[in-house]
Amino acid sequence: MAGNTAGRTLAEKVWEAHVVRRGEGEGAARQPDLLFIDLHLVHEVTSPQAFEGLRLAGRKLRRPDLTIATEDHNTPTLDIDKPIADLTSRTQIETLRTNCREFGVRLHSLGDAEQGIVHVVGPQLGLTQPGMTVVCGDSHTSTHGAFGALAFGIGTSEVEHVMATQTLSLKPFKTMAINVEGTLRPGVTAKDIILAVIAKIGTGGGQGYVLEYRGSAIRALSMEARMTICNMSIEAGARAGMVAPDQTTFEYLKGRPHAPEGADWDAAVEYWQTLHTEDDAEFDAEVFLDASTLEPFVTWGTNPGQGVSLSEAVPSPDDFADENAKAAAERALAYMGLEAGTPMKEIPVDTVFLGSCTNSRIEDLRIAADIIRGRQKAPNVRMMVVPGSARVRLEAEAEGLDQVFKEFGAEWRFAGCSMCLGMNPDQLAPGERCASTSNRNFEGRQGKGGRTHLVSPVVAAATAVRGTLSSPSDLDPVTNDAATRSAA
Amino acid sequence: MEKFTTHTGIGVPLRQSNVDTDQIIPAVYLKRITRTGFEDALFAGWRKNDDFILNQEPFNRGSVLVAGPDFGTGSSREHAVWALKDYGFRVVLSSRFADIFRGNSGKQGLLAAEVAQDDIELIWKELENHPGTEITVDLAAKTVMCGTITAPFEIDDYTRWRLLEGLDDIGLTLHHEAEITSYEATRPSWKPKTLPAKV
Repeated sequence: MAGNTAGRTLAEKVWEAHVVRRGEGEGAARQPDLLFIDLHLVHEVTSPQAFEGLRLAGRKLRRPDLTIATEDHNTPTLDIDKPIADLTSRTQIETLRTNCREFGVRLHSLGDAEQGIVHVVGPQLGLTQPGMTVVCGDSHTSTHGAFGALAFGIGTSEVEHVMATQTLSLKPFKTMAINVEGTLRPGVTAKDIILAVIAKIGTGGGQGYVLEYRGSAIRALSMEARMTICNMSIEAGARAGMVAPDQTTFEYLKGRPHAPEGADWDAAVEYWQTLHTEDDAEFDAEVFLDASTLEPFVTWGTNPGQGVSLSEAVPSPDDFADENAKAAAERALAYMGLEAGTPMKEIPVDTVFLGSCTNSRIEDLRIAADIIRGRQKAPNVRMMVVPGSARVRLEAEAEGLDQVFKEFGAEWRFAGCSMCLGMNPDQLAPGERCASTSNRNFEGRQGKGGRTHLVSPVVAAATAVRGTLSSPSDLDPVTNDAATRSAA
Repeated sequence: MEKFTTHTGIGVPLRQSNVDTDQIIPAVYLKRITRTGFEDALFAGWRKNDDFILNQEPFNRGSVLVAGPDFGTGSSREHAVWALKDYGFRVVLSSRFADIFRGNSGKQGLLAAEVAQDDIELIWKELENHPGTEITVDLAAKTVMCGTITAPFEIDDYTRWRLLEGLDDIGLTLHHEAEITSYEATRPSWKPKTLPAKV
């Protein structure tokens, strides 16, 4: 892993450390590199056809010891001790169990303390570490880049390829620096940074790039917050996002079940400390963002780039010069049932969803609990809280957060992807409007005809109190000491 | 994988940008464990609307989809490619594809051809003015022909070669198994393993 690091970006260093075989040729004609994969995460939805492919070809799973599976997309968040009611969901879960048994894959099933959303489980077990290559048949694999890993989503054919060879055949990505300097204002979070980035560069702006999030605002973030940012790199079109590892990363990892120990820890940290972009490195593109000017951000449309500050109004299609963007805005407003010019803060919601691989970690739950503590839920709003993993749920319960949510009138559920994509029974009804801490506001994403506004946990919590899209600054103060703790 | 050289079929104008994979195939259809039989799932939400292009003759018999920019964004689901193929599509034209979708297409023999937006606009007009017009896509020459329009398209050389030859990726990689084994021997011992499980 040594070699010449001068002029290299973080992404290039990690890439080069994993080249099994360099592609022949130069420039545009260069063939793909063969890249070694350190960790393969598996779930029930994108793996059955890959396992079947291995079976049909008589191939083995090359590295069961670098593979781990969990059940997340289809799993119910209520009555998890009963058989899954939906038969096709049940079959898919049972197929994963059979495949994992047959191929010797470690599986964390529903009911297991380590079960949960695949992108919450990997980091929490300490399996995601700096400088690794991590893949999964899920586009939000970019989450793991928060540790300085090169992590990206793959399709089922590639899942099968990794199973059979522990490698992927890939052309190098271009690199883009996302420089975020300054201090976030109270009530503004990592989610607002990434939504602002997506609105700035567009849903295709990161296409072909690895994004590296840099600058003082990123350095100041916790690992949970960095995961939120890297998670949504894909919403900007980038397959991967990364943050260089630092003391925050090492402290998060230390003592986790699969983190190195003793002399191994020292050797690992010594290597991890080399994982940063060199001063003389050049990015293929750079973007600059001033964190101190950011406000809570919220989407109004049906792609994650269609967002504005919470204090703004729903835009008009005429605000867009580009014909495609204008047509997309028209269509989005019709689908969302919104009129141009309506202040975002006057939009009433039916449901608040706190969950998903973007925002369901313990820190997200703490932030939301701090805002609702001592306050009343708006009577017509349903709030669902779905911890990212069984472990997060246990941790939250140990801290009494479940009581805060329950007293507020929120539903306290079991772990899974849940209403982020509605593959389980947690779905919006047609026309139902939701403030959601998830990552995609596509048409029908959370249920056929459902209308999604992407928000941070802070905005989600404040919205549940007020009933319309809100930030904590819109709420009446509470006298209860516990509730006045900083929400930032 | 079947070889792809040229294809001729009815063009379908889909005047929309940011066609995400949740639209191409909604999540509810991802519960199946097979790799085929997804034709009913393609654009399932939009097909409930009678005005949708695939509900109109002769576009319902189309095999070349002509879409707006940023086609295939969002979820990595390869089911999106399977659904397009199962319905009968062999080619998608767009000025910009999401990376994962383009990768998945290449693995499954669906040609994702990048055509300049100006040419897409011309092809849309041609297809709308003359429904049923066939489009011919020549992978070796990297050209698209529709009526009097001839437009070049982009595709990376490696994917093009694999499609033209109909080569299976895993088979290609396994030629280099010795190199994978040598690489594995150089990995530091502190790199994490999932087995034995520690919790």
